[in-house]
Amino acid sequence: MENFNYHRPASVDDAVKAAKAHPEAKYMSGGQTLIPAMKQGLAAPSDIIDLGALKNSGVSLGSSLVIKAGTTHAEVASNADVKKAIPALAGLAANIGDPHVRHKGTIGGSIANNDPAADYPSACLGLGATIHTNARKIAADDFFTGLFSTALEEGEVVTAVEFPLPKKAGYAKFPNPASRYAMIGVFVADTGSGARAAVTGAGHGVFRAKEIEGALAKGFSAASLNGVKVGTDNVAGDLHASAEYRAHLITVMAKRAVDAAK
Amino acid sequence: MDNGTGIGARVKRKEDHRFLTGKGNYTDDINLPKQTYAYFVRSPHAHATINKIDTAAAKKMPGVVGIFTGEDIANSKLGGLICGWMIHSKDGSPMKAGPHPVLAQGKVRYVGDHVAVVIAETREQAKAAAGAVEVDYGVLPHVVDVADAMGHKAQIHDVAPDNRVFNWSIGDEAATDAAFKKAAHVTKIDLVNNRLIPNAMEPRAAIGYYDTGADHYTLYTTSQNPHVARLVISAFHGLAPEHKLRVIAPDVGGGFGSKIFIYAEEVVCVWASKYVGGRPVKWTAERTESFLADAHGRDHVTHAELATDAGGKIIGFKVHTKAAMGAYLSTFSSCVPTYLYATLLSGQYNIPAIYAEVDALYTNTAPVDAYRGAGRPEATYVVERIVETAARELKMDPAEFRRKNFVTQFPHQTPVIMCYDAGDYAAALDEAMKIADVKGFPARKAASAAKGNYRGLGYSAYIEACGIAPSAAIGSLGAGVGLWESAEVRVNPVGTVEILTGSHSHGQGHETTFAQLVSDRLGVDINNVAIVHGDTDKVQFGMGTYGSRSGAVGMTAISKALDKIEAKAKRIAAAVMESSPEDVEFKNGTFTVKGTDKKMAFGEVALSAYVAHKFNSAEIEPGLKESAFHDPSNFVFPAGVHIAEVEIDGDTGVTTVVNYTAVDDFGNVINPMIVEGQVHGGITQGIGQALAEGAVYDKVSGQLLTGSYMDYQMPRAADVPSYKLGFTCTPCPSNPLGMKGCGEAGAIASPAAVMNAVTDALAVKDVPMPATPNVVWNQLQHLKKAAE
Repeated sequence: MENFNYHRPASVDDAVKAAKAHPEAKYMSGGQTLIPAMKQGLAAPSDIIDLGALKNSGVSLGSSLVIKAGTTHAEVASNADVKKAIPALAGLAANIGDPHVRHKGTIGGSIANNDPAADYPSACLGLGATIHTNARKIAADDFFTGLFSTALEEGEVVTAVEFPLPKKAGYAKFPNPASRYAMIGVFVADTGSGARAAVTGAGHGVFRAKEIEGALAKGFSAASLNGVKVGTDNVAGDLHASAEYRAHLITVMAKRAVDAAK
Repeated sequence: MDNGTGIGARVKRKEDHRFLTGKGNYTDDINLPKQTYAYFVRSPHAHATINKIDTAAAKKMPGVVGIFTGEDIANSKLGGLICGWMIHSKDGSPMKAGPHPVLAQGKVRYVGDHVAVVIAETREQAKAAAGAVEVDYGVLPHVVDVADAMGHKAQIHDVAPDNRVFNWSIGDEAATDAAFKKAAHVTKIDLVNNRLIPNAMEPRAAIGYYDTGADHYTLYTTSQNPHVARLVISAFHGLAPEHKLRVIAPDVGGGFGSKIFIYAEEVVCVWASKYVGGRPVKWTAERTESFLADAHGRDHVTHAELATDAGGKIIGFKVHTKAAMGAYLSTFSSCVPTYLYATLLSGQYNIPAIYAEVDALYTNTAPVDAYRGAGRPEATYVVERIVETAARELKMDPAEFRRKNFVTQFPHQTPVIMCYDAGDYAAALDEAMKIADVKGFPARKAASAAKGNYRGLGYSAYIEACGIAPSAAIGSLGAGVGLWESAEVRVNPVGTVEILTGSHSHGQGHETTFAQLVSDRLGVDINNVAIVHGDTDKVQFGMGTYGSRSGAVGMTAISKALDKIEAKAKRIAAAVMESSPEDVEFKNGTFTVKGTDKKMAFGEVALSAYVAHKFNSAEIEPGLKESAFHDPSNFVFPAGVHIAEVEIDGDTGVTTVVNYTAVDDFGNVINPMIVEGQVHGGITQGIGQALAEGAVYDKVSGQLLTGSYMDYQMPRAADVPSYKLGFTCTPCPSNPLGMKGCGEAGAIASPAAVMNAVTDALAVKDVPMPATPNVVWNQLQHLKKAAE
């Protein structure tokens, strides 16, 4: 790991100031992706801006479910409001990584990093969430722009994620057998104004599966997905899974997600 | 001894308190004054010439103490790494061993090959400076797959122009050909035994220290056999004579064979200390280095044919195997695909004629050597996969086909050297079928089918030869060492006992099982027994722990030394109690004189031995310390039947081992809890090989694609079922304790059991290991296409 300067700002404004002062700086929330990447020499930021002192965590439930960016996966998994309003989201958080990751990693960190095999981006896109930042609100459909890239501007910080309440939603993950990241994860939601289905783990970044959404529009049930084939356009092949296999798993996992939807 | 800590007792492991509370003393826990840190520059290429190494910039980096390359090694005349087992090809020529310098000279031969070492004040400084060493490589063609290696344009060593190390054979070719001519049916199969990476929990580590005052070297290292390490570093590398070199293997966190071998990094650390002014040089492998540069296991490609007569009896067996050796011959690599493999090709069966040929081939990969089971898992895989396939082709029940061909008379001389001494294979089969509820399988299969899933049942009737080995026998087969074991029993004046053993515990629980033997024999509380091992200054000599030998060989040596202790103690007790030794009896820790009420506790006799007041020291020497060397008269032959039951998800191809039964015959067992733990671990490793693990080198780039846990799948607890174990017992006739060996059996038996179950589920001849979800799903697609 290369040496770096460490900052621990007490406010969002100070964090943004620090980021603007150091163009090679990186925000760190739970550090569960960034630190391993730094240890492997895959990332070498000049400055780390630790967002831990912002104490920006917690959940509030009203006409929508708002989760502050610094909320850990373990908190989301065990929060009564999340379990009541969107149980699939609590279940998703409960299966990210291992207990260590779940107690350090945060929802804001996960979506700002936008790992193509992370779980949360599929929930945001599948539920049609709105990402709140220090500067604005961004629809999930506009937020995830590709592999490890988002609509966030330089220095912009995610502050919360706002989820509209679905009629029901479900998530099914097929873990990579080695890393346990999603090899395919599908988040489906019956939003009341149509079905949404977002896929993670396919290789090029989270996306909405039109074939799945089209089929579910005819009826939000696993039976609607019988015979539905997803193309390999958004799907990559690697050591663990060919593109064809991954594409096949999208339908299988979508069915399981619909079956599990509550 | 009936205090609940003797032979057969489920004693909790004495060593676990320190391990589980973080108080173990591993090599990386040790720090010496003025210590420096080594970091190795490794080859990024699979095969390349080294045109130039420029260390000038790196030497100016902060904290750098020294940088050494192959040229420095050559100048100091430090010898290269050796392969300690000579194999001759069937044409009589010796194996073609290319040079293996501890730092590359002129050429690199695999990604991760050791090119240079940087020594600095801190680990970080050494690593940073290593990044500044400039190496000019001339990239050469490479070959990473053993199937392609023979005669490939990538010529890895000058001595082996076609990349072939040896072409070795065993058995009677003419008799086997004759058997095939008479055969009513011939079963043929092609099998790949996938390459595995050992993944010991503790990475390799070393601290080398040269004492300039005493002209003496010390090496702390992660070794399964520190005396062998000292012998090799002394006699072959020529670093120093043995009395000037101390090797200490403290607590070692797992080995699975990978820490038997003498590696470049450890030798470099102890060598380099002299050239940095006698400052200690420490190296601990990063996990990535473990993946790249620990000796790998398996990597065979095999074609096998089995001849049967009209009655379903096996009459002949022919095997041809291509075995990858990697880029260099590791310490015991050559014996693995030969004498540890092909000598077990008779399995549990009465096969009158066997012929096997093995081509050992260099590839541009990490060296391949012994890994849990070492040759025997590969043999079991070939035998049990083809036996299962033959039964299916003959439309016979696979259990009955095995039963029909089992060896039933002992001793049994196979056509491939081994002479099985004792066993009851049908008893294990019966017991395993009962535990596994084979009768209920059709109903379970139907229930799976109703859910769209596939269920299969697979057998593996394995045998292994362990407790290696009779020294003269292996010497005649090319071994450069003898494989006896030594023990010294030191009884202290207060009656506590120290056992010095040449065996080395790196997870096996010797501190407990060896103490149980002493407790049983001497009536001493196991907490009053200490096991001393792993230090060449304390233990006179020993051959170490591998090949499931520490019970059958190591404990037999202790048992022999205990016989001597008991005999001498009786003489002392007789003198003190004024009777004759013939009248003294020893039981439950007490010496008594026949027909009298005279008695002495073991501790009293020990004290008498040291104060020496009450016997004639001209006739009986004071003290109570004895030693023994034990050379076994035969291998030991653990055997058993494992039954795996798998369910394959018809939608995803995910294979789940839903039931796993193991019935093993380990002879007499010292600690059933530890034995069961060994079986659990072995089975899990074998399930890992069957369904998860596989080292993959990229054909095009030569890079190791499975270089971390992101891509190399180790089996997890949640991936395996709760195992159902059973035991049969035919005591081993060749050692006094009647023990066989249990450390490798699970890993030997389970891959074949699981893959027989997978192929049974899918009703196909073969599925390659590891049968990952994608691999199995591909099979399902073939089946669907065929059905359309």
